[in-house]
Amino acid sequence: MEEALSQLHGFVAWGLALAEEYGIPSLIEAGLFFLFAGLALSFACGVIFFRNVVHSALSLTATFICVACLYIFIGADFMGAVQILVYSGAVAVLIVMAIMLTRRDDMSHSNPSRGLFRHAGAIVVSGLFFLSMAAVALLSPFKPTRPILGDAAPGLADLMLTHYVLPFEVAAILLLIAMIGAIVLAKGADER
Amino acid sequence: MEIWNTIMEQGVLATASEILRWFFMLVFASELIVDIIMKGIGIGAILGVISVAAIVFTYAERKVCAFMQVRIGPNRVGGRYGLLQSIADMLKLMSKEDIIPEGCDRVVWALAPMLLFVPSALIYAFFPFDKGAAFADVNVGVFLMLAISSQAVLPFLMSGYASNSKYAFIGGIRTVAQMLSYEAPMVFSLLGVVMLSGSMRMCDIVEAQSQQLWFILMQPIAFVVFVISATAETNRTPFDLVEDESEIVAGPFAEYSGMRWALFFLAEYANLLSVSILFLPGVVWFGLKVLAMVFVFMWFRWTFPRTRIDQMLAFSWKVLLPLALANVLFTGVGIYARQWM
Repeated sequence: MEEALSQLHGFVAWGLALAEEYGIPSLIEAGLFFLFAGLALSFACGVIFFRNVVHSALSLTATFICVACLYIFIGADFMGAVQILVYSGAVAVLIVMAIMLTRRDDMSHSNPSRGLFRHAGAIVVSGLFFLSMAAVALLSPFKPTRPILGDAAPGLADLMLTHYVLPFEVAAILLLIAMIGAIVLAKGADER
Repeated sequence: MEIWNTIMEQGVLATASEILRWFFMLVFASELIVDIIMKGIGIGAILGVISVAAIVFTYAERKVCAFMQVRIGPNRVGGRYGLLQSIADMLKLMSKEDIIPEGCDRVVWALAPMLLFVPSALIYAFFPFDKGAAFADVNVGVFLMLAISSQAVLPFLMSGYASNSKYAFIGGIRTVAQMLSYEAPMVFSLLGVVMLSGSMRMCDIVEAQSQQLWFILMQPIAFVVFVISATAETNRTPFDLVEDESEIVAGPFAEYSGMRWALFFLAEYANLLSVSILFLPGVVWFGLKVLAMVFVFMWFRWTFPRTRIDQMLAFSWKVLLPLALANVLFTGVGIYARQWM
């Protein structure tokens, strides 16, 4: 019994050392990053190429969730939670709802992505945009290390209510105006 | 006796996990492997809790309903008290034919019940089941939990759209209206708790309650608002306008059968358990408190008649939200006053 245990311990230690030697832990980390990034990109492509516009909207939601996973992956927990709550929780639902309520006919060909390839101009422009973004990303002095953010929420709250209090309040007033406008529009003509 | 005191101090679950950890350490002698195994056990335990809860709750729901309507309830399968009724239900659901409605959006239709179950199960990762026994004790726990629970809206909308049926569609749209409008008071009612404990970490909130009063006593308004909006979030009577069998057949569930239909109910019971856990964390009394809360939710269901959708939305925006906001204001004033004293 003792001998079997010590053999097992030796085997485990050997396996772990082997994994460390081949760099398996960092490989898993990189693999997870590329998994989420790839999923986000492929769902983003789905937004463009799905022929049913509801599928496009649902694919957009999946993109949002993958981006939130990336945020959490780099340690920005709060940012990830905000992304999930605001984008895939509220924005996506509103988009899907708006599509369903405004389109009455058959949805199966509602997203005219077939003619996309004919619009060469759009492809050129988006290609240029992609190239410039890639150039910015490559030329700017980003450090490739993972930032240690820790508990970001209290720091954010402090900054918002001290240093950035004016922009914060302006944004709040803007949202209030938008809300009042929505209520005025939604009340309708017959109630006035 | 001394061991008993240590266990009480550490929490039962934490002690159990320590013993397991010690055992695996003896076998594998490697922190990493033991961590992986313990995470696996944690996931298994959470899924076990959800499925056992679903089995117990279906039975409890039938019995509670029966007693409130002066009936006997299930009494055939498994002895006089029908103890095996949920097992029989489960077998029946699994052996049912899987009917796929004509003209539905196949992929979205099949994905909806599965996706609905994901957020309701994922929430459990953040729960402080006991002292030091939360699966992932992240520093924005409460917020992340609310964010994930808000993901349950879209699957309802998906099933409503994909079923290609007007009842399901109306049900799906109602779900969105209902869940979005009850999300706001729910978030604001939890804000009072977060303000009092000064942290969004779940374990800190539990800790704060063991040092001062229970939050249910310090935040009674928040608790009432939370219970009402949680009833609406889990789509239970008097707020089950989403299902509403007398108006729109069964809403988004109308076109599902067998196991797919059962998944909707699994998610509902998982949600029921999770909203019951939230406000009353503790150490040993945990199970009892949760069961009491579940009973309260069932009591609601079989006591109150169903409201109308417009009444219900107006109630959320005109009564619950101002109450929750006022509660946040008063809590802030209270904390400020206590700092001055």
